[in-house]
Amino acid sequence: MDSVYVIALIGKILFVLVIILTFSPVLVWVDRRQSAMIQDRLGPIKAGIPIGGGKTLTLAGLLHPLADALKFMWKEDFIPPKGDKLLHALAPIISVVPTIAAFAVIPFGDTIYLDHLFDVLPADPSGRAVPFQVASLNVGILFIFAVTGTGVVGAAIAGYCSDNKYALLGGLRAAGQMVSYEVTLGLSLVSCFMLYNTLLLEDMVRWQAERGVLGWGIFRQPLAFILFYVGAIAESKRVPFDLPEGESELAAGYFTEYSGMKFGMFMMGEYIATVVSCAMLTAIFFGGWDVPFMELDGIHLFGQHLVLNHLTVTVLQVLSFLFKTILLLWLTMMIRWSLPRFRYDQVMKMCWRYMLPLSLLNIFVTGLVVLFTAR
Amino acid sequence: MAKLIPKPKMTAAEAAYVPEIAKGLRMTIGRFIKNTFTSRQSESNEIDTVDYPEEKRTYPERFRGIHRLTHRADGSPRCVACLCCSTACPAQCIHIEAAEYGADDPRHGYERFPKVFVIDELRCIFCGFCVEACPCDAIRMDSGMHMPPSTRREHFIFDKETLMAIPGADGTFETGNPRHEPGDPSHPGVDREHNHH
Repeated sequence: MDSVYVIALIGKILFVLVIILTFSPVLVWVDRRQSAMIQDRLGPIKAGIPIGGGKTLTLAGLLHPLADALKFMWKEDFIPPKGDKLLHALAPIISVVPTIAAFAVIPFGDTIYLDHLFDVLPADPSGRAVPFQVASLNVGILFIFAVTGTGVVGAAIAGYCSDNKYALLGGLRAAGQMVSYEVTLGLSLVSCFMLYNTLLLEDMVRWQAERGVLGWGIFRQPLAFILFYVGAIAESKRVPFDLPEGESELAAGYFTEYSGMKFGMFMMGEYIATVVSCAMLTAIFFGGWDVPFMELDGIHLFGQHLVLNHLTVTVLQVLSFLFKTILLLWLTMMIRWSLPRFRYDQVMKMCWRYMLPLSLLNIFVTGLVVLFTAR
Repeated sequence: MAKLIPKPKMTAAEAAYVPEIAKGLRMTIGRFIKNTFTSRQSESNEIDTVDYPEEKRTYPERFRGIHRLTHRADGSPRCVACLCCSTACPAQCIHIEAAEYGADDPRHGYERFPKVFVIDELRCIFCGFCVEACPCDAIRMDSGMHMPPSTRREHFIFDKETLMAIPGADGTFETGNPRHEPGDPSHPGVDREHNHH
C-alpha cells in the first residue's frame, strides 16, 4: 500500500476526531446559550481565564465546557457499594465508543484525486484517489445502525448495574424506547435505499448531487425525512424523548449513580449521537457535500462558468457538509428547547401505531413510484 | 364516584403534531433571532438579566446603603457626639466616644465631637433609625452602595475615618442642609455674644 494512502487515512481519522472533539463541547455551550436566548436570559458567560490587567478571557461562555470537563475529572468517582463494578465502568464506554465509530462511514466530501489537487478536475480523472471518509464499507449505512444499536446496551447496563430503582427504571425505559425507534429509523430509510438504489452514503450523496437542489432527499422523500428525524431524536434520548432520564420522575434516570467523567461520557455520548444523526440527515436528505450549482470543475450558474481547482472544490464541499450539519444541529436544539416531554405511553404509541405504519406506507408508495418510473 | 372529564377534541392538524410543532418553533425561533441578533441596548431585545458585576442596576434614590458621616465646610464631622443614634440603634452596632474640643477652639463649650465613632456593619440591620434620630444630619445612609463583600470580619468594622471617607450618591461629602456655626449671624441658638434670646 502506498504510503500516501496511509498518511491520508491518518489525516482523515484526525479530521473526524477533531470534528467530534470540537463539536461535543461546543454543542454543550450552544445548548445552554441557545436556550438562554429563547428564554430571555444571558446563559453561561462567566467562566474565563484571567489574562492580566483585571480582564478575563470568556469567549462568550465558550470556556464553560472546559470548566465542566475539569470539574468532571476532579470529582469523586462514586460506585454504588452493591453495584457491579465492572459493568459500572463498562456502561459509559459502551455508550460513547459506538457513536464515535459511526463517524467512520460518514462522507464529508467527494473523492480526492491527489494528482489533480491544484488544477481543474478533468472529466475522467485518474491517478491516486482518496475517498473523504475514514472507511468506505459496502454495508454503508447499515454499519451505523449496527454500531449505534449497541448504545442501547450501554444505557441498559448502566441502569442494571447501579443498584438503584430509578436507574433501573431509566435503563428499562431507554432500552424499550431505543429498540422501538430503531425499527422505525431503519424502515423510514428503506424507501431512501429503494430510491437511491444503494446503501453507501457517498453514493446517496452523488445521486442527489447529480439531480441538483430539487433532487435532495428532503424533496424526494419528505415523509421519510420527518420519520427519520423524529426517530433520530428519540434514539439520542433528547427532549421530547428524554423519558429514560426524566428528572421529574426518575432523578436522573439510568445515570443517576454516575458522577465525574463517567457521567461526562454519557453526556458526551448523547451529544455525539446527535451530531451523528444530523450528519446522517445531511448525507441522506440534504445532499451531503453538494453545493448548489457547483460541479466538480466549478460553479455553473445562469450559463456562467466559474472555474475552480480541485482543492477549492473539495474545501467548499466539506464546508457545505459542515454547514448543513450545524444548521440541523441548531434545529434539533431548537426543538429540544421548544417541546415538552412526552408521556411514556405516548412515546410508544407514536412509534408503533403512527410512525411504523407510516414508514411502511412510505415504502409501499416509493416502491410503486420506483417501479413505474424506472421501467 | 369520580367525575370523568372529557378529553379536549383535537382537529386532524393538531393530532398530527407536525403543524403544531412548527407553530411552536416559529415562536421560539423568533425569540432566539430577536435576542441573538440585536444588541442588548436595543428596544427589541428582551433579555432582562443583568450581567452583574460588569453591569449594575442603580439603586432607588431612597435606598439605605452603607452609612457615611457628613462633613462640615472645614472637613470636620458634623457629628456632635450626642449619642442619639447609638441610643436609637436597635442592633446596638454604633459605638461613640465623645471628646471636648480644645480650649482655644471656638466650638469649645458649645458642642463635643466623636473621638471614636465605630459602626459594626455586620450587626447593622440597615433600618435607618440612626439617620432618623440624628439632630445634626451627621449620619446618612445615602451612599447608594451596599456593603462590599469581604472574607475578613475586621473589614466590616467601620471607624470614623472610613465613615467620613464615604461620599454620598451625588459624590459630595457635605449635605444640602446649611450648618450654622456658633458666632454666625444665622446661628439660631444661644451663644456667648447673644445670651439673651
